[in-house]
Amino acid sequence: MTAGDTGGSSDTPAPRPHAGAVLAAGVVDDLRGPADPPGADEVLEDFVAFTRLVRGAGVPVTTDRVAAYLQALRLSDLTSEVATYWAGRLTLCADPDDVVRYDHAFAAWFSSDPRDQRMGRPSQPKPRVSTMAALTEPPPGTGDGDEEETPELRVAASGEEVLRDRDIAELSIGEREHLKQLLALLRPAPPKRRARRRRPARRGEPDPRRTLRAALANGGEIGDLRRRARRERPRRVVLLIDVSGSMSPYADTLLRFAHVVTRRTPTAVETFTLGTRLTRVTRELRQRDPERALADAGRAIPDWSGGTRLGEVLRAFLDRWGQRGVARRAVVVVFSDGWERGGAELLGEQSARLRRLAHKVVWVNPHAGKSGYAPVQGGIAAALPHVDRLLAGHSLTTLAELLEVLRDA
Amino acid sequence: MATPRALGHAGAVSVTTEPTSPDDLARALDGTGYLADEGLASAAFLALRMGRPLFCEGEPGTGKTALAQALSESLGLPLVRLQCHEGIDASQALYDWDFPRQLLHLRALEASASASHTELDVDAVESSLYDRRFLLARPVLQALQDAPCVLLVDEVDRADDEFEAFLLEVLAENSVTIPEIGVVKAETPPLVVLTSNRTREVHDALKRRCLYLWLEHPDLARETAILRRRLPDLPEALAEQVAQAVHGLRGLDLLKPPGVAESIDWAQALQLVGARHLDLASATATLGAVLKYREDADRARDKLDALLAS
Repeated sequence: MTAGDTGGSSDTPAPRPHAGAVLAAGVVDDLRGPADPPGADEVLEDFVAFTRLVRGAGVPVTTDRVAAYLQALRLSDLTSEVATYWAGRLTLCADPDDVVRYDHAFAAWFSSDPRDQRMGRPSQPKPRVSTMAALTEPPPGTGDGDEEETPELRVAASGEEVLRDRDIAELSIGEREHLKQLLALLRPAPPKRRARRRRPARRGEPDPRRTLRAALANGGEIGDLRRRARRERPRRVVLLIDVSGSMSPYADTLLRFAHVVTRRTPTAVETFTLGTRLTRVTRELRQRDPERALADAGRAIPDWSGGTRLGEVLRAFLDRWGQRGVARRAVVVVFSDGWERGGAELLGEQSARLRRLAHKVVWVNPHAGKSGYAPVQGGIAAALPHVDRLLAGHSLTTLAELLEVLRDA
Repeated sequence: MATPRALGHAGAVSVTTEPTSPDDLARALDGTGYLADEGLASAAFLALRMGRPLFCEGEPGTGKTALAQALSESLGLPLVRLQCHEGIDASQALYDWDFPRQLLHLRALEASASASHTELDVDAVESSLYDRRFLLARPVLQALQDAPCVLLVDEVDRADDEFEAFLLEVLAENSVTIPEIGVVKAETPPLVVLTSNRTREVHDALKRRCLYLWLEHPDLARETAILRRRLPDLPEALAEQVAQAVHGLRGLDLLKPPGVAESIDWAQALQLVGARHLDLASATATLGAVLKYREDADRARDKLDALLAS
């Protein structure tokens, strides 16, 4: 295939002109060389149209990336599909997840599949089809003591039902709106850790370097003793939110809660959702506007209200992120009811691994707020020995309590 | 112009033996013992020609750092390495004044002045303190001074956010301002290779300036070829067996799957114990070269039989 006929192979929609197109046309003007044969701009504009498809596929392509792409194309052999593929992959992508999306867009635009001709594709778990049916069956090992079977939840010690103390799952739509506003008023204080480096401080150990420098200013006479102390930095917080079917009444509120925590210290908070697969929503939740952040996070999660493979997904988190550093020295909060469809053995093993990596592990179980709750379900029973705190998380008050636990962690 | 800063990179790195195509560069890398696939060769070629930094991400042990070393060797350019760590700051990356030497210089001036009963010219003394010879060039400044060269910024994900912002500034301008001396600008920008193990996400603004390369473990044939290239005395059958076994180990769901560096170590260890073939006894004896966690070793030992049989 030559570059010239790429525009013809389109079962994809024709690019519509918008502000980006005008900008991109400017980029084309900038990059057009004096020696280009006539017709070269059309070829370039085809490629610009391709970048819009890539953006549509979910890769955050900006105009300067497009400029870099066109620049790379000028240096590449356009008759080679592999070279064209790599020119785009190197300039338009910024993340292994982007590479998968780029591959799809490339396959859609240029008819034959380039994946046969290269290597170096990030290993991505394929999105699995969620199965809700499995949840209706009680998992093996839960017998008469199984509390989840009762349809409604009662909050312990709720003589007067204020919204703050009400179970989120029982709220009406109007009350949920009000809850959103209350959530936005939470003021989380991040946990602190001591940093490696020292900073000038009023009290602490003597600082020979600064003392000497000050002495130099006085002609070698040592005046005050300067001091230094280790700095404090926000400790990383990792939120793992179960979005499976049994947690669905809480998932939206918990994501909102995650947004509130993220907004306070954006670089020190990581959020992942657990279901049939692991999804990282940190990037989405870093946006300022809660509604946009929630909407984007919702789009990013492919397995809302599906089944749970808690053990497997926790392992995926630890392999891909946790072990490499995200969970190290962090406060890890798992929001889950601990329902495990498979055997609980893997979950126990992975929880132990998580405990070894993390500074503190806090498990938040919405059902723990219910009177008469006992952590006997297979999953939570397996994980509990490796958890520092088990908290309820079914109401605003309990979430505020969680914030206090986080602050002191 | 829509994006003046991004296009401002256009000055390409000039090299004594300039490669004309990715294949050409792949051959040059091959000459130094680094086997590059098409993606890697295109990435390095474009980085060189576009004057953009190359941002390499991937599992540990996939040859990110080795790429920079191979590039410097094959292009005949010096390699300047900046190892990032938590809390790294400009005085460790850029430059610092050699304070003790400045002080010694001052004392020497004083002593000679009092011996010869002459007045010191204060301005002259002061300006002599901020002379280039008292300037300690740290890697980034050194790279700008030595350019053309290859600047390796290793494990940039370990540095703090503030350091990224600082790095971004230097990479965009290819120059550093030292208040006492002036601007140090590289006439030809250095070829910059940044590596990251993804322990945290690097800021998007930094990635936008760079070409992004995701590296994975090589496939069986390439890994065998790499082993043969790195260890010329290694029998071909053993190289194939090691590559096969390492591939099997990567599929075992280990805490730390072995990288290429580990498989080279393993092959070397096997060679040193005088193994002709990879069998259960020699594999068990040398397992420590490839697996670094006790849990991993336990898990692998149970399955070695099956792995070696395949």
